[in-house]
Amino acid sequence: MDVNQYLEIFLDETKEHLENLNAQILKLEQEPEDVDTINEIFRAAHSLKGMAGTMGYKRMQALTHDMENVFSEIRNGTMKVNSNLIDTLFQCLDALEEYNNNIQETADEGTNDNQQLIAQLNEFLKSAGKEEPAAAKEAAPAAKPENDEANEKWKEIKLGDSERTVLSTAKQKGKNIYGLTVYVQESCLLKAARAFLVYKAVEEKAEIMVCNPPAQDIEDEKFDLDFSLIVISDCSLDDILQSAKNVSEIEKVVGAVYEFEEVAVAEGSTAVQPGETKTETAGAAQGPNTAAKTNDKKAAGKPVVNRTVRVDIEKLDVLMNLVSELIIAKNSLVSASAAEGVVNAGVNEQIEYLESVTTNLHESVMKVRMVPIESVVSKFPRMIRDLSKKLNKKMELYMSGEETELDRTVVDEIGDPLMHLLRNAADHGLESAELRAQRGKPEVGSIFLDAYQDGNNVVIEVRDDGNGIDAENVKKKAIERGVITPEQGESMSEKDIINLLFHAGFSTAKQISDISGRGVGLDVVKSKIESLSGEVEVKSVLGEGSTWIIRLPLTLAIIQALMVTVGGEKYAISLGSIQTIEDIRPDEIKFVQNREVINLRGSVIPIIRLSNELDIESSKSPDENLVVVIVKKGEKLAGLVVDELIGQQEIVIKSLGKYITKCKIISGATILGDGEVALILDANALI
Amino acid sequence: MEELRTSEIKLPGEKSESETFQYIVIKLGNEQYGIDIRYIDNIVRMQHITRVPKVAGYLKGVINLRGEVIPVMSLRIKMDLPADEITKATRIIILKLEQHGTIGVIVDEVKEVVTLSTDEIEKVTYDAKEERNSFLSGVGKHENELISILDLSAVAMEK
Repeated sequence: MDVNQYLEIFLDETKEHLENLNAQILKLEQEPEDVDTINEIFRAAHSLKGMAGTMGYKRMQALTHDMENVFSEIRNGTMKVNSNLIDTLFQCLDALEEYNNNIQETADEGTNDNQQLIAQLNEFLKSAGKEEPAAAKEAAPAAKPENDEANEKWKEIKLGDSERTVLSTAKQKGKNIYGLTVYVQESCLLKAARAFLVYKAVEEKAEIMVCNPPAQDIEDEKFDLDFSLIVISDCSLDDILQSAKNVSEIEKVVGAVYEFEEVAVAEGSTAVQPGETKTETAGAAQGPNTAAKTNDKKAAGKPVVNRTVRVDIEKLDVLMNLVSELIIAKNSLVSASAAEGVVNAGVNEQIEYLESVTTNLHESVMKVRMVPIESVVSKFPRMIRDLSKKLNKKMELYMSGEETELDRTVVDEIGDPLMHLLRNAADHGLESAELRAQRGKPEVGSIFLDAYQDGNNVVIEVRDDGNGIDAENVKKKAIERGVITPEQGESMSEKDIINLLFHAGFSTAKQISDISGRGVGLDVVKSKIESLSGEVEVKSVLGEGSTWIIRLPLTLAIIQALMVTVGGEKYAISLGSIQTIEDIRPDEIKFVQNREVINLRGSVIPIIRLSNELDIESSKSPDENLVVVIVKKGEKLAGLVVDELIGQQEIVIKSLGKYITKCKIISGATILGDGEVALILDANALI
Repeated sequence: MEELRTSEIKLPGEKSESETFQYIVIKLGNEQYGIDIRYIDNIVRMQHITRVPKVAGYLKGVINLRGEVIPVMSLRIKMDLPADEITKATRIIILKLEQHGTIGVIVDEVKEVVTLSTDEIEKVTYDAKEERNSFLSGVGKHENELISILDLSAVAMEK
């Protein structure tokens, strides 16, 4: 049996089950009595075992089997959940994950038997005063066949003449004919795949004559939870039943010798040796038929299995690039029609239509690439639990906004930086229990991970209620390590000092632990996030805790932007960062601390003259009204003074290349409709 | 920089005498320079260059080359020659360098392609006073004319 085509499904499902187990076991520790949780764990472990068994991964099966035994005891209430047990279970999950990784890489589970873990599990079982409940488990399926009569749906199969003939011939030749009905578990997600596995398993032992519902329907998942087969075989019934039962997620298989009205084959009115010929032809016809069906399954298997189609991320990149090209072409068309003075209303209408289509197309492609950050953050509760043990500090992780979506490439990269920040919060952030008690804080430290969308950005905050950052301490360390000179330290603001934490080779932990403080860390976090065109900042109140704020762009490739001119040059400002656009009289500009500000509806906003920032002469005279684009970064606002507004446009972000890296206020470039390059201003860097 | 330069001259020199390389001959003012053809991706006409603020003076900005944004530098400014005068003959040579990616350089004129064997190229002496000589990896002789071979990694190096 070729199981390779199911390898991917197996890997994915295993991963899912493991994640699920991780989460549920954590929950179990909190609520050891919750029946739903235990049942869920049991189910997941059972499926894992079954899947590993089907795929022939014996070691994995053995380990899950023992885990299942433990869960079974817990479920029966004969065993109590304790911290040691949970630790061991987590180790088992790690071991399983290792198997899974091995399988992913080499299609082999590796050679680690994890005897020690299995021994530990058995130890728990023994101490619970119970022998391995293997017998009990055997009893469960055994108890079921009582109502077999009603379940023997194969009896309802109606035979056609040709089938009857073939079966009769077979029977005459002394072969066994059985009827089988296979019941798939209700929770089974991939019924068609399971059915196929059963089909294949049975086919090894027997020749399948009739299938109800028809094989094609089974492939298309057009069946309830059961299907029936009539087979011809040399093997015993038990043999066949067993091979079908070995497929995981199969509830049960019932079967018996099939009785039917025989037809007298030999009496065929046609010439020589009709019986022989007929059987042969029938057999021959059946042969290629089943072969064809198998092939069909392989081809048709995909859409059934993946209602969500798996697509290589590279293909999406290609698609995205093509959409980018299309948008550039569309922009050229727009500017060409404007330049040519095409006044034909029809053309304009079509161009507008094209614009809306390309915008929608872009959005759809973007959405395809978006995945929730859940896949990354779901492993953190477990990590915090481990850290809590290791550091001997009590802490709890609260997460929100796991459903927030980000571009796939960003999600893949964001895991490590977040892990660093969480470890940091656990190790450096939270105080020891004594200190917490002294400060009147709750004994259990809290770490928060919040994700939410803010305009064109996604913000992820890692917050703790720990000690906060001691700026003086940081300054001292920075001077010690020669990051800054004492003189520099004098003139630095607290904020600047805290930002020194992002400096390479900076770690303030007095003790070097394996959790954090290896000298790499925050600078890596920063550069990683910057490589994703995001930014990270930290807010901290000494004694109350610190908050690390990561801000990531929602999209990496195409944005809506406002086009402006400054001194005759065109620039783009991301629409996402723009709050409003204001017309300001020159006399409305006031000075605060030698900086130009305006008072806009009650709030004082600093203004930035882009002509100064961009080293260019403004084309406007000083007494004309100013066009001020109000941009925001988090809570901060600033007004950017531009010469003229051109309008809103969808732009494709292109990198300036690694050769031009010094210009911080330019985040990239874009190609305009006329082929000219316009630079994209980074409002965040300007504020 | 020293290392880069020496390694580039030595390598071809050490190989067999007959090895030849092709160079594109360009003009900057009155002097002729050769650029190793293996590093040239493309030669395009002068076009509008979008200025990028806050960068070194020799970086003139960026251009759009078939949908890609390519930085362009002025070889003249980099070599402390008088600023470029844009004429009909002015070209941008697009270089593809391993270390720096794709860069365009502005030249006064592109003349021809010549084939020079390694023994036709002489090392430059470093005591030359003019700074621009530090951008050279050697001097080639071709039909009684001297062609200074540009050391591209030195050209691309940030000053």
